[in-house]
Amino acid sequence: MTQLHEPQFACHVEDLTVSYREKPVLWDIDLDIPPGVMAAIVGPNGAGKSTLIKAVLGLVPPVAGHVRLFGLPVGKARGRVAYVPQRQSVDWDFPTTVQDVVTMGLYGQLGWLRRPGRAERARALAALEQVGMQDYARRPISQLSGGQQQRVFIARALVQEADLLFLDEPMAGVDAVTEAAIVALLKAQRDAGRTVVVVHHDLQTVSRYFDWLVMLNQRIIAQGPVAEVYTEENLRAAYGGQLALIGRLREAGDE
Amino acid sequence: MSELLSPTLITVAMAAALIGALAGVMGTFLVLRGQSLLGDVIAHASLPGVVAGFLISGGRGFLAVLAGALVSGALAGLAVQGLRRGAGIKPDAALGVVLSLFFAAGVVLLSLAQLRPGSAGLTVFLFGQAASVLRADLPAMALVVALVLAVLALFWKEFKLVAFDREAARAQGLPVAALDAVLTVLFAVTIVLGLSLAGVVLMVAMLIAPAVAARQWVRGLAPMVGLAAGFGIFAGLSGATVSALGPGVATGPVMVLSATALAMLSVLLAPERGVLGRVLGQRRTRRALRGRQVLEALGGLGRDHGDPGFGPEQGMLRAYLGAGTTRVLARLQREGLIRPAAATVPQGRTPRWELTEAGHARLAALRAEGGR
Repeated sequence: MTQLHEPQFACHVEDLTVSYREKPVLWDIDLDIPPGVMAAIVGPNGAGKSTLIKAVLGLVPPVAGHVRLFGLPVGKARGRVAYVPQRQSVDWDFPTTVQDVVTMGLYGQLGWLRRPGRAERARALAALEQVGMQDYARRPISQLSGGQQQRVFIARALVQEADLLFLDEPMAGVDAVTEAAIVALLKAQRDAGRTVVVVHHDLQTVSRYFDWLVMLNQRIIAQGPVAEVYTEENLRAAYGGQLALIGRLREAGDE
Repeated sequence: MSELLSPTLITVAMAAALIGALAGVMGTFLVLRGQSLLGDVIAHASLPGVVAGFLISGGRGFLAVLAGALVSGALAGLAVQGLRRGAGIKPDAALGVVLSLFFAAGVVLLSLAQLRPGSAGLTVFLFGQAASVLRADLPAMALVVALVLAVLALFWKEFKLVAFDREAARAQGLPVAALDAVLTVLFAVTIVLGLSLAGVVLMVAMLIAPAVAARQWVRGLAPMVGLAAGFGIFAGLSGATVSALGPGVATGPVMVLSATALAMLSVLLAPERGVLGRVLGQRRTRRALRGRQVLEALGGLGRDHGDPGFGPEQGMLRAYLGAGTTRVLARLQREGLIRPAAATVPQGRTPRWELTEAGHARLAALRAEGGR
């Protein structure tokens, strides 16, 4: 039995440092995300937002520090975690159907030598219904638009029924309607008791969409409930000298 | 005819079909993973292994040669990975360097080995020579093919997920590096098996061409693998047959030509993804659009004049819609959507056109469709 460490947090990161070839990308990260929140990770380009998620999931090796998900090392928590990579990370001309991609979310749970059967296909279809893509189940993925690709990727994560969801820029390059649908979907996940962690790039919508906020610029600038963290001082610390811009964003965020 | 059905031909045809099928299957994964050139590197890099196997075993023992090829091919594959990940060299540069390094070493070893007795057959591996395949080799060959296919079937869903989305596979806890290694070994086995037939230079075409051809026709991975295997078998059989027709025609190159022809035809002709289909589709769309422009112009001018039957002059339409309008007008007239309008006094410089009933109806339908 593995010793639980900080099991009260959905995601606990301590002293995490990641570097690509001598250059630190993430520096001494201490991060705690409580269960049941919808959290945004924001920061300027190059702040290491995607790298943080990847390091938490064990996709990028850290040079120091440790990560616990629900008190467990990530290798033992795989069944409780789902990940939505940036959709540009795959070749959408791959010969497969929408439903098949969603079924792929279950491959890890199925285990070796077992093939997906009727039960798995039904679960995939249910996940597609959640994102409103059930009519596209048999379509080749090469025919999807950007927003549809994103919804299929989210369905592939939902089908895993994980307690903790990590999404890398799910709102990047989708239209306003799709964005609203994705936010509603993720809020429903949170309301069902799950924890949702999203790399987000749009400061104007942070306080409307999220209830937990992590500001990152290679180091953690601030973390906590959005109302406490979304301050001009923190924004300035994260984004540097772009004061005029931040002033306007504050007003937009307060609307 | 009797020569066509000679035992040699049957042996060669069966070997070529086996290798064609396996190359098609494995080539699908190579192509989908964007690693086509890795196949080329492994094939070329097996040459030093072939010669080293000969030198060490002191003869052209089939097994020693194949084992040597497998080892040097796999080493080259690992060297590419090491250069990319460890040294941070760009993939294309790493592939190019490793390919030339191993192939050069192979040629040097080959020139040394040719001083030894019994080395005459070694150059076979450069371009392949089907006649060197013996009937006794066939069962072993079939066994290896079956083994590779069995491994592929056992880890089918894992290989599929890794090919589509490595990050997601790792996030789900799959041992991606180990799966990569297994797949690389399967690539190497496939290539080495085909060496005696197609040779180190041409083997990569047997991997890539059937897969590229198959991709054009299918929507799923399993159908793609099946069709690529079928194309590979066809290429193998046609290569064996054609080379039996003319004395001295090598089987391997004909196989490659046949597979490449299939790929080219598929790229051109496949219904959904083919170049021809796409060009024709674009032309249809453009024609429909031009026709609609003319109908809209006729209808709009009629409305502007407060007379739905107003027939504008051709010269006016051309000035408005540009060159080529004359052809579009002729086509619309053939389709019965417009007709020459009655001449007016004074006579215009160019013919006048007006919408027919069918033309008005078509325009209304187009507008309703566009408004949706």
